[in-house]
Amino acid sequence: MNLDFSDDQKQLQDQIRRFLSEKCTPAVVRSGLEGGEPFARDLYRGLAEMGVLGVAIPEAYGGVGLSHLELCLAAEELGRALAPVPVASSIYLAAEFLLQAGSEAQKKAWLPRLASGESIGTFAFVEGQGRMTPDKVAAAVRDGRLSGAKSPVPDGDIADLAIVAARSGAGRGEQAISLFLVDLNGPGVTRETLASIDPTRSQARLAFEGAPAERLGGEGEGWAIASQVMDRAAILMAFEQVGGADRALSMARDYALDRMAFGRQIGSFQAIKHMLADMYVSATLARSNCYYGAWALASGSSELPVAAATARVSATQAFQHCAKNNIQVHGGMGFTWAFDCHLFYRRSNALALALGSLSTWEDLLITRLQGANTQAA
Amino acid sequence: MDFDDTPEEAAFRAEARDWIQANAPTHLEAELKRAGFASSGIESEDPMAASKAWQKKKAEAGWACLNWPKEYGGGARTPIERVIWGQEEGIYGSLSSPFIIGHGMCGPTVMAWASEDHKRRLLPPLASGEEIWCQLFSEPAGGSDLAGLRTSAVKADDGSGDWIINGQKIWTSGAQHSQWGLLITRTNPDAPKHKGLTMFFLSMSSPGVEVRPIKQANGQSGFNEVYFTDVRIPDDQRLGAVGQGWEVSLTTLMNERLSIGSGMSTGFPELFDFCLQAEVDGRPAVDDASVRSRLAQFAVKQSGLKYTGMRAITALSKGETPGPENSIGKLVAGATMQELAMFALDIQGQSGAIQDESSPMNARFQQMLLRSPATRIEGGSDEILRNIIGERVLGLPGDIRVDKDVAFRDIPTSGRK
Repeated sequence: MNLDFSDDQKQLQDQIRRFLSEKCTPAVVRSGLEGGEPFARDLYRGLAEMGVLGVAIPEAYGGVGLSHLELCLAAEELGRALAPVPVASSIYLAAEFLLQAGSEAQKKAWLPRLASGESIGTFAFVEGQGRMTPDKVAAAVRDGRLSGAKSPVPDGDIADLAIVAARSGAGRGEQAISLFLVDLNGPGVTRETLASIDPTRSQARLAFEGAPAERLGGEGEGWAIASQVMDRAAILMAFEQVGGADRALSMARDYALDRMAFGRQIGSFQAIKHMLADMYVSATLARSNCYYGAWALASGSSELPVAAATARVSATQAFQHCAKNNIQVHGGMGFTWAFDCHLFYRRSNALALALGSLSTWEDLLITRLQGANTQAA
Repeated sequence: MDFDDTPEEAAFRAEARDWIQANAPTHLEAELKRAGFASSGIESEDPMAASKAWQKKKAEAGWACLNWPKEYGGGARTPIERVIWGQEEGIYGSLSSPFIIGHGMCGPTVMAWASEDHKRRLLPPLASGEEIWCQLFSEPAGGSDLAGLRTSAVKADDGSGDWIINGQKIWTSGAQHSQWGLLITRTNPDAPKHKGLTMFFLSMSSPGVEVRPIKQANGQSGFNEVYFTDVRIPDDQRLGAVGQGWEVSLTTLMNERLSIGSGMSTGFPELFDFCLQAEVDGRPAVDDASVRSRLAQFAVKQSGLKYTGMRAITALSKGETPGPENSIGKLVAGATMQELAMFALDIQGQSGAIQDESSPMNARFQQMLLRSPATRIEGGSDEILRNIIGERVLGLPGDIRVDKDVAFRDIPTSGRK
């Protein structure tokens, strides 16, 4: 048994961590929050040059051709650094959709551009409040033209390419949904940036009026493909969340060592110490569940849907737990704009909703465990 | 990243599996599967005799105490082989529960501190289950604050060099079955509390030792009080120097947390099965949205513990030593089991309170509920474990101690403030 990453993989992770700690400073993270660019262009270019964006994309499509294990570790570092870049939208989702369901021509057209950072992709899925169901999809494609609206779309304001879930053909329920590639710089697309809880990862509303749309994957297979790709993205996102949780915990720990009150380090008080111990426990459980997810992702195991939901639920809670208690340990200073605690708090709550809410993933986990149970019986 | 054995591990696993298939007491399998939280499940024969028989068989074939050296009755195997053995032994491993304290805690302490003669005399019958050991540490005045213990050891005034023991221990698992005990005492009440302690081992049939079972809150009696009245121990049964008892006890306690924390169940598989079967308002409980949410919470804890354990095994197989981070096992499992049992009863509405023979599952959850408070206290309470994580993993400072560098006899106690 070997539930760990290899030394080479850890070395790569170290390189990415060093790069991010130098280039992804608090000022860079805060830029989007304080009215600057919607994402850190230079940082994104740097990540592309380092091979981070293309790490799991085959060389034939302009990537580095390593595995999803390396991408998991890259995700952890992006989460730790709160990197304000559209890697989740463009790589965990758009590139993964192309890899899983794209035609050879579609892969050749888009993957090299996503890997080089020249183009940004995203997944335009949600329409309105609540859990997405096939019935809620109103966006529709007729004769290769997409009409409708998607909101919120992560990084929709900066993306060049969207994979859009839309209604087409005569199928019902899930079978009514197909996926389409839409060039967001083409005709029939209007975008509107939305204010959000975490402006370091922007969100937009996309409106389509007869935008040219090219099908990705089979007719009526959109829902099934999306569910598969979202599982894969959930594992990568969980690594981001674990990276964020780990950093929030270490910030809190450092502050508890540094800050004196009542004549002693506050970390010597059990009320603080036990809070930190509990943060460590949830971050550790989440990390272990993520390793299970990484194994499932890299090995193509049939356990992937269970592993994805497990990692996702666990990591969502761990990041929220660590980020909120990081503020608590910092006391009043933690609630100031100047301290970075709120950046983690914002990101933890934004990531908790990306790809569907906690309660959605809890429900998916139980559905899948029921399925596994039936298979075993 | 994989869950596969190396070729050497696979060969060992096959060897272990073959031997277990040929030798395990398969006639007890069904009873062992019915085991509850307070009983071995065995009714068709004397459970202790069944345990001893299996342990003896293992010892004779070299499968007992796998990580101990052969000259002390062990199997001289690697830590990872011990883990594989545990996976293969499966349900039959629960037969070894009377020996856990001896094998996991007393044995390693004896191995680290006793003379060669004593090791050769004491360890082989401990490994083979012929002799059972108990750990005489906790006292009414010294639980989490173990070093606050008061059982005294005083040199006999007859020139024999023997020690005379007086005092009381509590929460001693298995004392009623034990031939030997590992005993920590206070030899110098004028020294600061950690410095006046000395460790011994003694025969539990020594004159003046009295074992009294404690009736527990769940109605069972797994623990005992042990009283010492002028009990005589020869000086050559001292482990470590006079005054070095605290250091010796740390050998035991480190091993305690390792053996207790690994592979603990939270009861999730049972709860999940129950929710598939139990009906609430005419449909399976698992169909209810709030039930699903709680189930998912328990599922990710169970899974997190499982894969944290596998990461520890990975570290072991690379030759690393699992560290204090493994304290999370018991901390999470104990609290989860308690919440899970409460939830299992809650699903049933008012019927959840009823002890009804017709619902074996509910009986199990009730046992779990009534036993779980002890899990959160024994072998390091939740609070002590959080201190260990805070101080030894996260590097936070220790609490400020008002009893440091004060003679033990001057430290305030509940009766003497």
